Amino acid sequence: MRQRNVDADSVGFLAAPAVSYMLLAFAAPMAWLCASSLLVNGEFGLANYRQYLGDPYYLGVIRNSLLIGISTTLITLLLAYPAAFAMAKCPVWAQSLILALVFVPLTVGVIVKTFGWTIVLRSNGVVNVVLLNLGLIDSPLRLLFTPTALIAGMSNVFLPYMLLPIYSVVRMIDRRYLDAAASLGAGPVYRFFHVLVPLSLPGVIAGVSLVFSLSIAAYVTPLMLVGDRFGTMSVTIARGFLYVGNPALGATMAVILLIITATIVMLSGRVARGRARS
Amino acid sequence: MQLRHLGSGTLLFVLALVLVFLLLPIAIVVAVSFTPSAIFDLPTGGLSLRWYAKLWEMEDFWKSFGISFYVAGISTAISIVLGISCSIAVVRGRFFGRNAIATFLISPLMLPGLVFGIALLQGLRAIGIGNALVSLMIAHVVITLPFVARSVMASLSLFDFTLIHAARTLGLSPARAIWRVMIPNIAPGVLTGALFAFIASFDNYAISLFLTDVHTKTLPIQMLSYLEEAPDPSVAAISTVLIVMTIAMLIICDRLVGLGRIANV
Repeated sequence: MRQRNVDADSVGFLAAPAVSYMLLAFAAPMAWLCASSLLVNGEFGLANYRQYLGDPYYLGVIRNSLLIGISTTLITLLLAYPAAFAMAKCPVWAQSLILALVFVPLTVGVIVKTFGWTIVLRSNGVVNVVLLNLGLIDSPLRLLFTPTALIAGMSNVFLPYMLLPIYSVVRMIDRRYLDAAASLGAGPVYRFFHVLVPLSLPGVIAGVSLVFSLSIAAYVTPLMLVGDRFGTMSVTIARGFLYVGNPALGATMAVILLIITATIVMLSGRVARGRARS
Repeated sequence: MQLRHLGSGTLLFVLALVLVFLLLPIAIVVAVSFTPSAIFDLPTGGLSLRWYAKLWEMEDFWKSFGISFYVAGISTAISIVLGISCSIAVVRGRFFGRNAIATFLISPLMLPGLVFGIALLQGLRAIGIGNALVSLMIAHVVITLPFVARSVMASLSLFDFTLIHAARTLGLSPARAIWRVMIPNIAPGVLTGALFAFIASFDNYAISLFLTDVHTKTLPIQMLSYLEEAPDPSVAAISTVLIVMTIAMLIICDRLVGLGRIANV
């Protein structure tokens, strides 16, 4: 008699509810959006893409998004990489404490954090008051609604997504590799580039792909820190649907953003798998 | 040796800088919520609770808080059921395409939320679903499911399914074997996934933006319209309430699971 159990062969049907839900509520609308960007006056074709990718304004919008993504990724990497090593060197109790301090900004909402930044960067905000009191500037700097404000705010919002993956890899690095390299005569610089960097690379790849794909798609932070006059892809997509009444523009921009993000995610996955194999 | 100390010192300095940078906007928001003045000033001439007192009178704030709580709670609950069931199939099953299903379930996490928001808006309009609450619920299950599925799949892959056979041999029914043996084992994973799912739903702006209407606003949408229409420090008070709420959830999660474990998920 066959025993009714959590048998390996009989559990496949349990995937059906979640998979069919995601097909209907997620995959179908996304596929339809992609199709609608190809449809112009009842005909399928690349006319929308030719129109918007041929327009210098929209090329500028795509360039803005990519530039913000690249700067945010570089700044968070520069801050997170040394910080992750410092964290891994701390005693265990201190590591838990720091982890808790990183989890608070990670879980607090994006709107709350960005709202905090608008106060910090106001003309009579913390940054200006400190600079004025130090005598470094004579009159308040205009910080809010500038690309600098945006990049500062974005780096703040996405920093935990860079720090945590790098930290989780760095803390597993066996110190004996370093000692072995040192005993073979490798100097500190050589040890860093030939031992630590390769060993920490999986965390860096994960962090970079996460932060870059999150920051080119960000909407709330750009909206609150520079306003919707600074054209990014997300702002263009939202405006196309909500205000301008141009769904073709919104859909086309959305598909371009989707393609960029999906490419990054797949590339980083491939690089990570390739490294794991070698 | 000296060089090494110098190196460690620099690293620790960067770490301290990073922590201050991360916590600065949150600390500022909390400080401003206690200001006695009507603009976003740091409290200089004493503390005041006037903005918290004002919260009691803001009916649309409480309404949107309720809507967000309801949508996040129900969608997380649905995701827990769908997520556990699907994870068992993916981890335990022996059928073709299990990895593809796992990737598919987690994919909304990696793709821009805004794009899914407009895609769903188009789709719902086409089939004639105009009810904001229903639309939000449909969307937020898609937002929450990846968090639950990812974390439950990770826990289940560490679970030894022969324990269920053992429980069955000892006379437990299949349902009771799962409930008494498997569920307690994967509970930390479920809890962690559910926590992040709830927060992601509660905090969502980019997807909800397209699905709310004038009467059905989630809290993030309501907060942004306060900031656009009548910015005063009551928004800082709302933010502080949310910060305290998240910290309380983190502490509960830490007591039950441990933060170190959450970091790995």
